[in-house]
Amino acid sequence: MSCSFERCLMKFAIALFSPAHSPASRRALRFAEAALAGGHEIVRLFLYQDGVHSASANIVAPQDELGVAGQWSRFIRDNRLDGVVCIAAGLRRGVLDEQEAARHQRPAANLSAGWELSGLGQLHEASQNADRLICFGGH
Amino acid sequence: MARSMLVITRQSPWSGPTAREALDIVLAGGAFDLPLGLLFLDDGVFQLMSGQHAARLQQKDLTANLQALPMFGIESVFASRRSLSERRLDEASLALPVELLDDAELGSLINRYDQVITL
Repeated sequence: MSCSFERCLMKFAIALFSPAHSPASRRALRFAEAALAGGHEIVRLFLYQDGVHSASANIVAPQDELGVAGQWSRFIRDNRLDGVVCIAAGLRRGVLDEQEAARHQRPAANLSAGWELSGLGQLHEASQNADRLICFGGH
Repeated sequence: MARSMLVITRQSPWSGPTAREALDIVLAGGAFDLPLGLLFLDDGVFQLMSGQHAARLQQKDLTANLQALPMFGIESVFASRRSLSERRLDEASLALPVELLDDAELGSLINRYDQVITL
């Protein structure tokens, strides 16, 4: 890539492996906000492992605490981002859309607005289309 | 040219879904013919042990899936020599062929890949 250091605009793919209550989820969201504020592009957000919990619409944060899952949903809708939740990881952890809830006879869907369930191929595609894949995991 | 990816797997096969989920990233990429590598590091080297009895823990054995890596076009499989020796694991009794790397070689391995995912 040829560009000056000051205005080196990048395409980022962001992968999150930790749940909404982890500092990693908050860090990933702050990174994503900063990337867009700096004029960079986010080609896709991909939730895997316990990261799928960040796409649950059923998380209720205490009033005096940060509601990171809700902030994620608003962030991707406001910025029209491509937010993908790994379907296998989501099913395993109870993050379902209407279609999967019906398919597996579960009482409710809980996937937040803005996210969609899809396969691991979406992680590879994003990684191929991005200049950098940035992963957030652990605590 | 396709970007290469190294997946570093650091969890034992009986400590939750992480080992399987790391392998799934590799197998999914192999289906797209992407240049992928897999490195067994830290407790991840326990996945390489032969003669495991996963059923006694009501778990599925990962070994057969690992042995399928060449069928998915994944030939670049590495393990940390130090991680094996720290756990007193015998290099000669591994369930699949891997290239053993010293600490200095791990650094250059990671540098060779465009993207790195550690689980």
